[in-house]
Amino acid sequence: MDLDLPLVWFVLIAILWTGYLVLEGFDFGVGMLLEKVGKGDRGRRVALNSIGPVWDGNEVWLLTAGGATFAAFPHWYATLFSGFYVPLLLILLSLIVRAVAIEYRGKINDDAWRRRWDWVIMGSAWAPSILWGVAFANIVRGVPIDETMTYTGGVLNLLNPYALLGGATTLVLFLSHGAIFLSLKTHGAVRERSEAVARTMAPIALVVTAIFAIWTQVAYSVTWTWAVVAVAAAGLVVALVAGRAGRFGWAFVGNAVAIAFAVVLIFGSLYPDVMPSSTDPAYSLTVENASSTDYTLTVMTWVAVIFTPIVLLYQGWTYWVFRRRLSEDNIPEHSSLTFLPKKDKKTKVEK
Amino acid sequence: MEVLDLARWQFGITTVYHFILVPLTIGLSTLVAIMQTAWVRTGNDKYLRLTKFYGKLLLINFALGIATGIVQEFQFGMNWSEYSRFVGDIFGAPLAIEALAAFFLESVFLGLWIFGWDRLPQKVHLATVWAFAAGSLLSAYFIIAANSWMQHPVGAEFNPETGRAEMTDFWAVLTNNTTLVAFPHVIATAFLVAGTFVAGIAVYWMVRHARQDKAHPDLPMYRTAARFGASVMLLAGIAVIVTGDIQAKLMFQQQPIKMAAAEGLMDTAQPAPFSLLTIGNLAGNDPESVHHVLEIPGLTSYLATGDWNGEVLGINDLQEIYSERYGAVDENGEEIEYRPNLLVTYWSFRLMIGLAAFSAALCVAIYWFTRRGRVIDQPWMRKLALISLPMPFLAASFGWIFTEMGRQPFVVAPNPTGSDQVMLMTMLGVSSSTSIGEVALSLSAFTVVYAILGVFWFRLIQRYAVEGAPLAHYEPPSDDDSADKPMSFAY
Ligand code: HDD
Ligand code: HEM
Ligand code: HEM
Repeated sequence: MDLDLPLVWFVLIAILWTGYLVLEGFDFGVGMLLEKVGKGDRGRRVALNSIGPVWDGNEVWLLTAGGATFAAFPHWYATLFSGFYVPLLLILLSLIVRAVAIEYRGKINDDAWRRRWDWVIMGSAWAPSILWGVAFANIVRGVPIDETMTYTGGVLNLLNPYALLGGATTLVLFLSHGAIFLSLKTHGAVRERSEAVARTMAPIALVVTAIFAIWTQVAYSVTWTWAVVAVAAAGLVVALVAGRAGRFGWAFVGNAVAIAFAVVLIFGSLYPDVMPSSTDPAYSLTVENASSTDYTLTVMTWVAVIFTPIVLLYQGWTYWVFRRRLSEDNIPEHSSLTFLPKKDKKTKVEK
Repeated sequence: MEVLDLARWQFGITTVYHFILVPLTIGLSTLVAIMQTAWVRTGNDKYLRLTKFYGKLLLINFALGIATGIVQEFQFGMNWSEYSRFVGDIFGAPLAIEALAAFFLESVFLGLWIFGWDRLPQKVHLATVWAFAAGSLLSAYFIIAANSWMQHPVGAEFNPETGRAEMTDFWAVLTNNTTLVAFPHVIATAFLVAGTFVAGIAVYWMVRHARQDKAHPDLPMYRTAARFGASVMLLAGIAVIVTGDIQAKLMFQQQPIKMAAAEGLMDTAQPAPFSLLTIGNLAGNDPESVHHVLEIPGLTSYLATGDWNGEVLGINDLQEIYSERYGAVDENGEEIEYRPNLLVTYWSFRLMIGLAAFSAALCVAIYWFTRRGRVIDQPWMRKLALISLPMPFLAASFGWIFTEMGRQPFVVAPNPTGSDQVMLMTMLGVSSSTSIGEVALSLSAFTVVYAILGVFWFRLIQRYAVEGAPLAHYEPPSDDDSADKPMSFAY
């Protein structure tokens, strides 16, 4: 077998990022729209519980992408995460508080407690939705990297018009994705509000993504990715048209295709680099010079071949088990627990 | 302060924090699975109540466990990029496999378990909690394999062309003898933590109810839980000691200077005593000023070699041996100090072993006071239970602090019987591109956020524990249940 293993892993990592952005994309969308579509507490709980059983599994796609990058392209992992330090820190802080907020929000029956976590859930969805786009756009654009594969720019280097447009693109795509997901998974008032948001967002997502894609294509990419841009655009048009027609299943597919092909565009533009250097193209990290040995890649390929189908199977099954739409009627009463006031605590414990 | 110091503090703080939560998740997930199995098999309501009670506590803990785990996964790249370049060919693989094989299993099946009570048939639902528990054990295996490789690198060689360590034998990495003893030691630790947790809370409740009403209907339930926890503690405690002993013998071969430091053993001795108490200036790493006050003759020889009269090399000789073999000066021309921080290694080793005495005491007391159907109503038992609760958590943290600090100055310790090039000094592993400001920012951000979340974690665990096991009722899922029925669980 004479496979080009580094190329195989370049493709696999693109697939892992696709899985992450498509799945967690709607989690973030739901988080960002919590207030907008939820209105009251019950509505917010409908939105939150629509991703309740699945959001954690969705996030593991990111951990796998990170681990796979470490294993298959150690230099890429090292340069990227030490270079993009501050944005990554902000993303990590968001993911930390988000996990805790979702889990702890309903644990205490107190309006102020719930409201506070609601704001955390929203903030921690907005920040990464923008930052992922900023990070990917910067990778495509190229950053200062010296001959030792070390990032030599600062934080401000990462803030440039193209990157900000990248941030806007992931933002609108995820908002749209989340709204479509909620339109599919809820009933009643939340569904109505979500459908309205989905319809508003679709044209915006189309326009912003198109500008970003064309800029990428003209400035950084190769000819064949025009086809990729076309598919992504078609996906967003389907999302738009199907959304108008109330066919949100198709809208979801269209939007997911658009996100997936945006990833293909990014990886296609990069190849054969994984992180182009703006200092000197000779210093770029490439699929070849950043990768692990063939032995390691062979081992990892076997692992991926064995485990990926299993994971897809049971993760798909969860979506099947929790396929029903939720409405406010499905939301149970709050757990009755409150933090005890200082005084009562004593009496209650001692009695 | 340099980037190196801050990066080390950050790694230490975030990892110790992560590992306060980890053993409870690992141990408790299996214990809850056992409780639920008991319920499915016997139909006895008390097991269902216990499942839900401890399950809730498990969830509160799990949330913070994953939140802090995510940081760990990326921290290697952020702060330790040179380390990542050096070891990525080997070290990345178990990390990636952990995510693919274990984290998916854990998180997907946990979702199914919490939301699936009214969606899945009873037996299938039971299977989900077992899958979740299996996932957490599997994740522990792969991360310990990664860590053990840093303690004892095998299956790798140094490639002078790329300047990196490269994997030659993945099977050897997975079956590293260091992994094979560290894994059971860590898992036994996890069960000791979880057993103490289950028993501690149950005793607290037993005393509370019994003092009110000797015939309180909840007493049998808490009695069962307390005895269950005590049995787990007993088995886990034995396993911890047996595996710890094997590990110590192995460590005397693999990282002799770490173990000599753990004993405060300055000079080579035959036989070598085990030091219980030491005065003098361990902190200064000054060998001259150490005085052992209380010792058990020969015990260290036994721990190290299995022979009460074996010879054990002291730190001072080892420093010379290491200097000769791995170099006496670093690139700045300064002498390399191979002796780890004596104060930390010496005391963390003792605290690891010593703090477990609380669990032992609690275990014995529970067995005694619940003999032949009795319930516990002694108020001091409630105190003992509450004091014992945090102790195995602390013991486990000290175990890691010992393992990791004792490995210094290496981040990848050289394997005495392997290639001398496959090793890395901690100071060479730190990122070269990150600025001190960035690391200071992340260190303070993580510390503050973790502190705040830690308070919520503690208050919630405490609040739910003090609420006691709620009454539980179970309705099997039916096909025709109307669409507007409330969910059995919702955020
Ligand atoms: C002995 C066990 C053990 C050890 C030494 C570590 N972990 Fe851990 N980790 C677990 C055992 C575990 C677990 C039991 O699987 C967790 C803990 C709590 C939890 O909820 O899952 C977890 C969660 C967890 C997660 C989140 C998984 C998810 O979202 O489902 C990540 C990314 C990591 N860990 C990564 C790490 C890294 C990079 C470590 C090394 C520094 C590390 N952990 C040490
Ligand atoms: C969860 C249990 C663990 C705890 C409590 C722990 C604790 C620590 C501590 C306290 C340090 C700082 C030592 C020092 O700087 O002197 C450290 C360092 C380190 N540990 Fe661990 N560790 C754990 C597990 C792991 C695992 C599983 C890995 C790898 C997979 C790992 C990799 C490292 C690395 C790379 C350092 C780097 C830098 C350094 O030496 O400071 N640790 N750890
Ligand atoms: C007789 C009792 C014990 C002995 C002889 C013992 C021995 C050891 C040794 C030699 C190590 C270091 C391994 C290394 O450097 O890689 C270690 C690590 C550790 N110990 Fe213990 N131990 C004992 C009890 C305990 C207890 C009671 C706990 C916790 C409740 C505990 C938790 C740990 C942990 C978490 C580690 C770090 C992980 C590892 O390297 O395995 N140990 N122990």
